[in-house]
Amino acid sequence: MSTILKVENATMQFGGVVAVDNLNLEVNEGEIVALIGPNGAGKTTAFNVITGVYQPTNGAVYFQGERIVENHPQGKLKKLYKGEHAGEYTHVLAPTPDHITKLGMARTFQNIRLWKSQTVFDNVLIAMHCRTHANFLAASFRFNRKEEREQRDRVAGLLETVGLYDVRNELATSLPYGKQRRLEIARALATAPRLLLLDEPAAGMNPQETQELTAFIGEIRDSFHMTVFLIEHHMDLVMDISDRIYVLDFGKLIAQGTPEEIQNNKRVIDAYLGVAEDA
Amino acid sequence: MIGTQQSRKNSLTSLILVAVMLAAVVVLDQVIKPTDSMSMLLKVLQKGSIYALAAVSMNLLNGFTGLFSLGHAGFMLIGAYTYAIFTIPSEARDVVYQYYDAAIRISFPEVLGNALGPVGTLVGVVLAVIAAGLAAAVIAWLIGLPVLRLKSDYLAIATLGFAEVVRAVFQWGKLGPVTNGSNPLKSFVRINAFQLKLGGTTISLTTFVPVLLATVCIAFIVLLVNSTYGRSFKAIRDDEVAAEAMGINLARHKMLSFCVSSFFAGVAGAGMAMVLGIAQASNFKSAMTYEILLMVVLGGIGSISGSCIGAMLFIAASEWWLRGLDSGVFLGINAPGIFRNGFRLVVFSVIIMIVVLFFRKGIMGDRELPDLLKKRPGKGAAGK
Repeated sequence: MSTILKVENATMQFGGVVAVDNLNLEVNEGEIVALIGPNGAGKTTAFNVITGVYQPTNGAVYFQGERIVENHPQGKLKKLYKGEHAGEYTHVLAPTPDHITKLGMARTFQNIRLWKSQTVFDNVLIAMHCRTHANFLAASFRFNRKEEREQRDRVAGLLETVGLYDVRNELATSLPYGKQRRLEIARALATAPRLLLLDEPAAGMNPQETQELTAFIGEIRDSFHMTVFLIEHHMDLVMDISDRIYVLDFGKLIAQGTPEEIQNNKRVIDAYLGVAEDA
Repeated sequence: MIGTQQSRKNSLTSLILVAVMLAAVVVLDQVIKPTDSMSMLLKVLQKGSIYALAAVSMNLLNGFTGLFSLGHAGFMLIGAYTYAIFTIPSEARDVVYQYYDAAIRISFPEVLGNALGPVGTLVGVVLAVIAAGLAAAVIAWLIGLPVLRLKSDYLAIATLGFAEVVRAVFQWGKLGPVTNGSNPLKSFVRINAFQLKLGGTTISLTTFVPVLLATVCIAFIVLLVNSTYGRSFKAIRDDEVAAEAMGINLARHKMLSFCVSSFFAGVAGAGMAMVLGIAQASNFKSAMTYEILLMVVLGGIGSISGSCIGAMLFIAASEWWLRGLDSGVFLGINAPGIFRNGFRLVVFSVIIMIVVLFFRKGIMGDRELPDLLKKRPGKGAAGK
């Protein structure tokens, strides 16, 4: 089992606030890994660093062995005047999120961000645009008919897998909440990723919907051979499907391990899970 | 698999409709004599089709990509001048550039016309039109590099400023050998130069040419908007963050939309020069951009057929239907005291306000003409 995602000493500082403090984590291929922690612990910030939305103050991100994000404390493109590398420029790698998506990492959002004026079908179809080979002239004159037909067939297949094929011609925003979440996942899958990052996929769902989603995430992993890295507050879901769990508190990693280890970890119970008797 | 049969049938239908429309324009051109009272219809068709193209190209940027840009008059100016400069015949050149020594001494229609005959002249004109578009697109690319980092109002202000700068530069005396300073360029190939001689009869293509030019360009924009690139433009408009996260390169796609839009603005500028027979920088004021924006808004932001309808109605109303309000007699009412210069604009403004009040999202909203015949996707459930 090889490492697909590795975050090394990632620090994200906003002015005086250190949202993520020296985070180190690894996700192996085929795993479902969860990142949990109290509100404001820096989970989403960590996601944004990984997907290139923010450039970290310090640290690096490796994806499939390739270094995709990197920054040094010296800052952006600053010349080094001291130390053994004096005279050189610091190495800054700051790809835009679309570049990272093309490398094979797709994400969903905590607050659903579907394209409002588009139908369910088009929402998924647009996500396939990043795998289109035709340039705009070829696409305008319809020289890419074959590619387009393949994409439409794949969208239909994908929608059938996630159970949204019947509502494919509805506007995305007219769907009920749970289905919008599913559509976001389908849209992320349409970019043909190898690693799927889910930002609170069960937020706002009732227990039954959460249960369905748990099964759904497992299905995705099995049928698409996907690695899943998710942020979640529903402990049932997390403990059910995660192979490993990382716990963040105030930007710092306070624990990591299997669900059993996390459930019995004193620091995690104090910081986040709480004791059953108190509840 | 999904709707391929249907869409093929639809595109065939629209192709036939467009052909019928173009044929009708040719017939009208022959039937209506310049002295007829209906001759205004031809003028409206000529000018309206060019404005429709300008409005659709603005809609591509403002309506479909969500980039609020107000630089359209600037790009049209570049297109109009490029077209004019490259089509002025050599014998007229010294008269046109009376105060300057003309720097560019090549006329595409003339050079190709001498080599290939009438077909060569036509190819030369087409080349000059394409050059007009390319010139505008290249300038757009240069401007876009810094400006497209801006958003909404700031982008509008920056592009508006750009258009004003272009207008000033083209009137600059030092550039006189190229742009003829603040003097107009004229004597270049106009629309009334297009005629078809079949046997003994001459078929005038005066109205057909601008309508055809606009139709071809708008057809391309329709194809682009419905392609995978057009869909990504709409995604950028709807949610930029999501679009970027789904692998759409924002900088590249915004630039593409900006350049394509400017290309067709340049072509519309060339068409405008062809229709008016004159290219003068002082005509391309920011007021022209606002007129085009008004057409887009009246027609419906995000609707191509809406922009065409908006442009045609706007031109017809301002040039034809409401003319009487300026000249004393309107709808048979003879009241020179009220209906005098400027009253037309008052009425026109009131009409626009009424339209905007009753059609909040423009005449067409974000629908196209064929959509009127079928059900809106998920409209019932969408709600407000």
